[in-house]
Amino acid sequence: MTASTIAIPRARRPRNGALPWGSPAIYFGALVVVALMLAPILYIIVGGFRTNAQITADPSGMPSPWVGKNYADVLGSTTFWGEVANSTVAAVVTTIGVVALGLMASYVLARYQFPARGLLYAVFAAGLMFPMTVAITPLYIVVRNLGLMNSLTGIILPQIAFALPTTIIILVPFLRAIPDEIEEAAAIDGCSRLAFFWRMVVPLALPGVITVGILAFIASWNSYILPLFILNDEAAFTLPLGVQAFASQYSVDTAKVLAFTSLSMIPALIFFSIFERRIVGGLTGAVKG
Amino acid sequence: MSVRTSSPAALRRAPADDVRAGDDVSSPAPRRAGDAAASTPRPVRRDWRKIVEIAVLVGPALVVFLGFVIFPVVMAGYYGFFRWKGYGPPTDFIGLQNYATIFQDPTFHEALWHNLVIVVMSLVLQGPLALLLALLLNRPMRGQSAIRVLIFVPYVIAEVVVGTGWSLMLQTDGALNGLLEKIGLGALAQDWLSNPDLAIWTLLGIITWKYVGFAVILFLAGLQGIPQELTEAAQIDGASYWQIQRRITLPLLGPTLRIWAFLSIIGSLQLFDLVYIIWGQYISSTAGTSTMATYMVANGRNAGNYGYGNAVAVVLFLISLVVALVYQRFVLRRDTAGALTERSER
Repeated sequence: MTASTIAIPRARRPRNGALPWGSPAIYFGALVVVALMLAPILYIIVGGFRTNAQITADPSGMPSPWVGKNYADVLGSTTFWGEVANSTVAAVVTTIGVVALGLMASYVLARYQFPARGLLYAVFAAGLMFPMTVAITPLYIVVRNLGLMNSLTGIILPQIAFALPTTIIILVPFLRAIPDEIEEAAAIDGCSRLAFFWRMVVPLALPGVITVGILAFIASWNSYILPLFILNDEAAFTLPLGVQAFASQYSVDTAKVLAFTSLSMIPALIFFSIFERRIVGGLTGAVKG
Repeated sequence: MSVRTSSPAALRRAPADDVRAGDDVSSPAPRRAGDAAASTPRPVRRDWRKIVEIAVLVGPALVVFLGFVIFPVVMAGYYGFFRWKGYGPPTDFIGLQNYATIFQDPTFHEALWHNLVIVVMSLVLQGPLALLLALLLNRPMRGQSAIRVLIFVPYVIAEVVVGTGWSLMLQTDGALNGLLEKIGLGALAQDWLSNPDLAIWTLLGIITWKYVGFAVILFLAGLQGIPQELTEAAQIDGASYWQIQRRITLPLLGPTLRIWAFLSIIGSLQLFDLVYIIWGQYISSTAGTSTMATYMVANGRNAGNYGYGNAVAVVLFLISLVVALVYQRFVLRRDTAGALTERSER
């Protein structure tokens, strides 16, 4: 698999320029599907602009008038911002950790020749067979024995560990695709292999690194089962736990729950829309090659 | 490639072959400089240096990975033999009794059955739907990339958000029933979440909604790997659109479909988040949506029986492993041949 396979699948354009308009039936079909996919999300976002009285009177109606109070309340609460901070720290540190450790390990697996290389790759690849759900009970015990309960470190380290297999599988082909000539030229110029790693490999592997980083960030941002086991103290809650706690605490205040829920998904949505091509491209590249 | 490389089938090959297997044939990439380095004898000092470099670079990843992925899984096998409340070292060795309890517990049988239904129905519901959507989106048309992104959005949103949103919408006095009433279909209004005959279908609907976008993206990538010349040639020979899809596209999409099915099956066996968020730990079994994973959490950690919870984890793992191995052996094996055709036409 070369780096070129991890490219964004592009629409096939006819050779003579702009895309044609398809038939109306196809557009209608596509519109229906998109509407079905977006309706629940819009329900959450728009529902946050209604009052509970409005929701009770007509559960499926539009806001009339639009009320900003729910969103203002959530944005004014320290609980929400504390959870945003926890989620951000966990996601950022996880991403950095995954990229750093993954890149270093992938570099060795891609460009060093040594007897145990195949075995090492197989060990990491085997990690794909152990989703976090399976390992969660013993993982909880390991984290507890390390004294990391209720700390973000307690979720960051396992998240890094469980993201490594995918990361390595995506990055190794990228690093391998770097032409040997570059490395040889660098060596002739007196560049050690480690210096080559910092000066050439890291910049050249950037597209793969970004893909891997985004996947790790979103996975951490959305992670549920691990924080559920590790974080019992409300002060350490990440957003998914916060949403759930909020939903049960304010179960009668539907409008505010909707506002809280929609605010919590904004960062992942923004991240996704900025890097959409990379995520989609990375996933397809990873499976296709 | 990732999935195929990581396959147990691949793992069973001689270790040295594995990294090589990771190479795509489409990249007749020159072997690394390392190859040459290995074949030319070097001073011993240089070898030591290489070993240190390897240790420094791989060490941290390996330690974290072994410590938080492999070690816990191994420990689960050990703890599973004990009656253990999770405090202090386990001492009350009870052999296989936990496992006997699991296989005699009708609640576990139900959970296992629900998992099977989810595995099968996810394939049946999402496969054809995603295939149709991918075919639709593969035709050149304006707004294609926007539609592709929008279909993928539910996949990116957190399970908690999805679960909270849907459970509010599906309450008896929620938005869906309200909408049905408004358009004159009030008779169709249901207790979507707690009617045991219906709840698992509700769950399947939500699963389809959330994960179909992922399947569409995979299929689209597969479709775009099929050379246009083939369909053009068939068109010239007078084949209809559907004939082309049936006879050319579908067979060539085979490897993608099989990998997607593999991911879907494993994901369905591990399903936890959505069920636990929407139905909670108690209601899921009465509503008929419990899964092996929710059973594990409810009877292990929440009940304080960590020995038992670990035994359930082992069962869940073994079931997934057996399914994965069988699938690799009998389904994905065809892709050794399939991969060749896939490559020659690329």
